[in-house]
Amino acid sequence: MQKNYWRSNLKILSILLSIWFIVSFGFGIIWSDSLDQLQIGGFKLGFWFAQQGSIYFFVILIFIYIYLMNRLDKKYKDKSEEKL
Amino acid sequence: MDTQVLTYIFVGLSFALYIGIAIWSRASSTNEFYIAGKGVHPVANGMATAADWMSAASFISMAGLIAFLGKDGSVYLMGWTGGYVLLALLLAPYLRKFGQYTVPDFIGARYYSNAARLVAVICLIFVSFTYVAGQMRGVGIVFSRFLEVDINLGVIIGMCIVFFYAVLGGMKGITYTQVAQYCVLIFAYLVPAIFISILMTGNPIPQLGFGDTLVNSDVYLLDKLDKVTTELGFNAYTENTKSTIDIFCITAALMFGTAGLPHVIVRFFTVPRVSDARKSAGYALIFIAILYSTAPAVSAFARMNFIDSVQEVQYKEAPSWFKNWENIGLIAWKDKNNDELIQYSSGNALEGVKPDFNNGRGLSGERLVNNNSDLSNSNEVYIDRDIMVLANPEIAQLPGWVVALVAAGALAAALSTAAGLLLVISASISHDLLKKTFMTQITEKQELFYARCSAAVAIFIAGLFGIYPPGFVAQVVAFAFGLAAATIFPALLMGIFYKRLNKEGAIAGMLSGLVITSAYIINYKFINVHLNSADNWFLGISPEGFGFIGMIVNFFVAFSICYFFKKPPKSVDQMVDSIRNP
Repeated sequence: MQKNYWRSNLKILSILLSIWFIVSFGFGIIWSDSLDQLQIGGFKLGFWFAQQGSIYFFVILIFIYIYLMNRLDKKYKDKSEEKL
Repeated sequence: MDTQVLTYIFVGLSFALYIGIAIWSRASSTNEFYIAGKGVHPVANGMATAADWMSAASFISMAGLIAFLGKDGSVYLMGWTGGYVLLALLLAPYLRKFGQYTVPDFIGARYYSNAARLVAVICLIFVSFTYVAGQMRGVGIVFSRFLEVDINLGVIIGMCIVFFYAVLGGMKGITYTQVAQYCVLIFAYLVPAIFISILMTGNPIPQLGFGDTLVNSDVYLLDKLDKVTTELGFNAYTENTKSTIDIFCITAALMFGTAGLPHVIVRFFTVPRVSDARKSAGYALIFIAILYSTAPAVSAFARMNFIDSVQEVQYKEAPSWFKNWENIGLIAWKDKNNDELIQYSSGNALEGVKPDFNNGRGLSGERLVNNNSDLSNSNEVYIDRDIMVLANPEIAQLPGWVVALVAAGALAAALSTAAGLLLVISASISHDLLKKTFMTQITEKQELFYARCSAAVAIFIAGLFGIYPPGFVAQVVAFAFGLAAATIFPALLMGIFYKRLNKEGAIAGMLSGLVITSAYIINYKFINVHLNSADNWFLGISPEGFGFIGMIVNFFVAFSICYFFKKPPKSVDQMVDSIRNP
């Protein structure tokens, strides 16, 4: 029971942390100069990710995490109550 | 009313508010003193965390730094926000489930060893004092510029306020004061930013405004800025100058360091449930992101405005803010070509960079400096980056009450962070050193007394840092984050996610991270300062980014050493199982 919970947790973590890495280290740093070729409004895209976009993604990621974990908690709580 | 009277009123009112809250929320037990009785609502905790985190450096210095660094400044924006994702996903819920008082508490229990606890306490105290020193300098700058009191008196007033609510209220008092301080500081940050955004681009949202076109023209602000900065011999504002690997490592060190800062982590111990710890990390990051997404806009506006308002202007006609900041020594002008006009471009204006003022006045009325001109370039202006946010409302000619508001906001940012830091220092002394290690016999009441005493001593030492600022504050900031990343963060992370790690591995890991990071930073920042350039760095990684390497070394050493010693005891295994299960 607890093993499954932990495994689902690790899966959620690895997906969200991959996105975390891509939007900040990826778009903001490693591929930033190539993204700068694209310009949206006054922003070069790589510059926007480095100074704005990554921050917004961070906020969204935490709230997705909160949502998924609450759902997971509920699922396992219900199951353990059924067993009783 | 003139600006100074308004500033006295705003600062006085905000201080009265903080003291009122402190009296209302006094702490009466160690539980309340250390972790506010675990009764803090997640939204309130989010605000308190944001105020705790956003220091004088975030409020005063960061936007100014980015204004001069351009895209290179992104490391601070990503580094100091991205760490919260790590904190929310990897640490906060589990440490809250563990449910003790301090960060060394967890390390001591998980690695069943007082030696591990002691190493953690040493890192914690070092990191926290480094940070406090910076806050006190911020308080000093604000007091001397806006209230025109002596810097020392300013620091003493700040100390008294912090003393009052930290010693009396402990974590509980600090939490609710920080909620108020967050409101003051964010309001003070946004109001001038919105004003300036409307003035320059006609867009009331600064986050969009700095990607917008300038008023009465089709030229985008950032394009104009790129053009102007290149013309003056700087790098284009939206392009990096540092190498990719260095930017990568600095960002990483700041992120992992942020996630390992004890005064932030301990905030998540104060909420009622594990799910609240996750939630309050989310709220904290929203509240932080409001300031951090505004900061780069402020930077771009400030850089543009600064150039526009001083370039090729006669010194006699220069705006009053220029002379005000010159009077307290944070701006200097040396008329290299004797044309009485101010010329600003790339390069250092003065030999030795920082101005050394004498009492004389030059032909135009400027303050004279003893430094020789740096003749390798034609720049005539020295400007301290710390003043950009404080000077910004004046540069944009905003009304006096906005200037007064910014002063109150800067003080809120400095005091809230100082209080949070002083509290973790005092808790680690009274709880980890005395109660858990050296004086295990003391009662709760005595422990609370010692906690208050150590808070008082810590405030006193912090005040001394403010009055006699050590010259090395700027250099040691890299240290604080590097060490948090190389020691505290890995120990916590592996403690939760890697059951096999025993005390030998953890201690060896922390010590190797500590030693290698310190050695690298001390070598380049204090001993071989002249060698501190990209050619000599290991893989081109600057001392600011080396904490990341220290962290990798820590992981590597911990993994290898732990297999030579026996597994952690069963009880630790069960403890890890229990924290993994909310």
